[in-house]
Amino acid sequence: MHIPIVTFRLQNGLFVTLSEDHTAPIVAVNLWYHVGSANERPGRTGFAHLFEHMLFQGSQDVDANEHFELVQRAGGTLNGSTWLERTNYFETLPSNQLELALWLEANRMGKLLPAMTQQKLDTQRDVVMNERRWSMDNQPYGTWMEKLPALCFPEKHPFHHSLIGSMEDLAAASLDDIAQFFATYYTPDNAVLTIAGDFEPGVTRAMIEKHFGPIPRGQGRPPLPDMSLPPLFGQWKREIVSDDIMLPRLFLAFRSPVFGTDEYYAASVCGAALGLRNGSRLRRRLVRERQIAADASAFTYDLAKGADLLVVDATARPGVAVEQLEQEVAYEIDQVVRDGFEASEVERAIAVIQTMFVSSMQEAGERADRLSLFATYFGSPERLNEEVDRYAAVSTERVNAFVHARLGENNRASLVYVPRDDAPSELLGADTAAAAQ
Amino acid sequence: MTAPTTRKVDRPQPTGPREYQFPRFERRRLDNGVELVVAPVTKLPLVTVAVLVDAGAVCDVAGREGTAQLVAKLLLEGTAASDGAELIERFERLGASVEAQADWDAAAVTLTALSEHLPAAFDLLGEVIRTPAFRVREVERLKAERLAELLQLRAEPRGLADELFSRFLYTASSRYARSEGGDERSTQGIDRDQLLAFYETRYVPSGTTVVVAGDISADRADELTRHALGTWTGGASTRVLADDLPARQARGVHVIAKPDAPQSELRIGHVGIPRNHPDFFPVNVMNAVLGGLFNSRINLNLREVHGYTYGAFSSFEWRRQAGPFVVSTAVRSDITDAAAREVLMEIDRIRSEAISPDELSLATSYLDGVFPIRFETTAAIAAALSVLVLHALPDDYYDRYRARVRAITSDQILEAAQRHLHPETLQMVVVGDPAAVRAPLEAMNFGDATLYDTLGQPTV
Repeated sequence: MHIPIVTFRLQNGLFVTLSEDHTAPIVAVNLWYHVGSANERPGRTGFAHLFEHMLFQGSQDVDANEHFELVQRAGGTLNGSTWLERTNYFETLPSNQLELALWLEANRMGKLLPAMTQQKLDTQRDVVMNERRWSMDNQPYGTWMEKLPALCFPEKHPFHHSLIGSMEDLAAASLDDIAQFFATYYTPDNAVLTIAGDFEPGVTRAMIEKHFGPIPRGQGRPPLPDMSLPPLFGQWKREIVSDDIMLPRLFLAFRSPVFGTDEYYAASVCGAALGLRNGSRLRRRLVRERQIAADASAFTYDLAKGADLLVVDATARPGVAVEQLEQEVAYEIDQVVRDGFEASEVERAIAVIQTMFVSSMQEAGERADRLSLFATYFGSPERLNEEVDRYAAVSTERVNAFVHARLGENNRASLVYVPRDDAPSELLGADTAAAAQ
Repeated sequence: MTAPTTRKVDRPQPTGPREYQFPRFERRRLDNGVELVVAPVTKLPLVTVAVLVDAGAVCDVAGREGTAQLVAKLLLEGTAASDGAELIERFERLGASVEAQADWDAAAVTLTALSEHLPAAFDLLGEVIRTPAFRVREVERLKAERLAELLQLRAEPRGLADELFSRFLYTASSRYARSEGGDERSTQGIDRDQLLAFYETRYVPSGTTVVVAGDISADRADELTRHALGTWTGGASTRVLADDLPARQARGVHVIAKPDAPQSELRIGHVGIPRNHPDFFPVNVMNAVLGGLFNSRINLNLREVHGYTYGAFSSFEWRRQAGPFVVSTAVRSDITDAAAREVLMEIDRIRSEAISPDELSLATSYLDGVFPIRFETTAAIAAALSVLVLHALPDDYYDRYRARVRAITSDQILEAAQRHLHPETLQMVVVGDPAAVRAPLEAMNFGDATLYDTLGQPTV
């Protein structure tokens, strides 16, 4: 599998990646702005994400929600998302509608501010507060998304604070903040544009020049503070959270090498060997054999600056106390640190990752998004074509070297969820109580 | 700053559309009765295989709900030749992703593998279908996992609202009124012999269709299917249909108490229509206008006008018998009644006046235009063909789909709304803080309000 890639840069600094595939009349447009919650200033947590919502509220030539309407009317799908290090906006459309998406994205990159009003900001603030309640406050374990980074990154570190933001900070966001954030970060030289799918490169290049070319370059974004961190936590951090839940759950994080490095690929394979799919070590031992956990998995955050996190996530079986869950997970990790993984475990992990990767490349939107990722973080979308080889090159020795260096007791952070003391046991009824024996 | 009046600039116009066809597919049949549907798609070296068996949750015997789901999952928990751990290892060493589950109408084991590993993975799939072992240890483990899932549900407002909505919707004797995967009591009562008996009756060649999509020819798929399942034997398969009668003829409000909840999970709806209903197309377009898209009436109203919610949507769940029609949203506790009122208003509005040409064209041009984007992956193509098989839709169904959507008129939508939305029998389910929501909901005079605990037992 080789994905064709052509890149160029406009005068104003916009980096463009084109990747043709004519198997279906579909085209994906994908923009990454190199700004995320890490770029927020104190007292404005959640702003990058609130701002993403505002980008759907129209621009000089587009009414509120018209962006959605025009793309859907064209038969397209669309959305945006905010992450610690970036914010992305994307559409997949019938290929004859490509220019519509380019025009819409250029209009909001170049001419957002005339459309911003206090009323729109107030409404989207309410929407985001409801998003916070929906995804976090009213979801069992939902707060892990802000508690885990807070536990794993030092207080002043840009990855420490909440991505969705606190209710107080969201309430404080003003139109001036919008204008300032837009001028600082939503500039062509702080963005990458990727087009993947069925398009004609010459015509498309001319369209890009026409719509994005006139947008002026920015002033340069303020540098992030030094984000580098020691390779290890230096201790075993631990936080206990009492929540409205039925079963204890443990998030066990390890500081790990930043996304894209050779050592990262070893960490990624280690995560898969530990907790990707039913054949992984933790699923086999804790869910299948010892039946300590109702579920277990592992994943990396894929952070490209400072330090990444490898996280093991295990939920207790009914009747298993939180102390036992913690001990059993630690026992498994200790055993891997002591004896390493078997070659067969690493081979399984890599085989599963490779199939997942090829599967994901079927979708134009996913291809475009990954190309934007490598363009944003490394200036090199071509890295996408190296993924298969980089994973294939990970040996058992490299995985075990990573395990030895990073999974020890001096590099662990446990975020432990326990059912609230006043859990409504009287509501469980006889059947459920019996099941919990 | 003021909101601009736009339209100053012309929007780019589309160029001529490039033709698109849903992937061509071929049907074959093995001597033992196994049906085969193959769509060769050569884009990437990948193949998805879905083995559909007429062994869905509707086949569960009363009191043993959850059997179908357990049987499907146990297929991947060990065969005569391999125990569970070995079996999954054999799949995953090939890099294959494999899952088994039973929904209402069918059980499915779905596999995606790189082409080079397909022959070995396909054989394994055959082994799984033909020789599952149902070892007691794995039976007990999966039962315990289901019980853990049910326990978790009690603290999960979204899942709980969906689950209890169905229970309040359908008549108590309907399979649809009970949890798809079984409840505590039924799960605990199921034993290995019952699972085995279910497997032997329902998992038979004559009730099985193999759907293959991806980088493979029809002949090769035929060959691999014969190799995996050609010598499989079994009795005749009989079709089971669920009872889909509603529980109530009058409106009702059902409040499930979650004290101090910051949000209310809200479900409003009633029993819908079966997938094969002749009004499927007008109803589908009507729903897109009402609440199926981001720019649908319900989401624009609740989210973009009022800021009540992160999202609000409506849907018809398509089953062989009538699945639910439901409006789903999560709203701030203190405006639960106001949000419910807006939903009811939107249901009334779409029944009382014709939609505008603009709204009609938004819905139809979206459903028409997005069609090719729905089938980018081998898994999506296999899923689409599975729908064709499950509901016995004609082979040209996907070829005619877009024209049929485009032909829908606003009169048909009004008629569909009047015929298939029933304000007088709507059931409202709220998982939320009773102190905040109960009195305002009662004051709406929507219907009798009953308070329940998180097991769905009425409380005072």
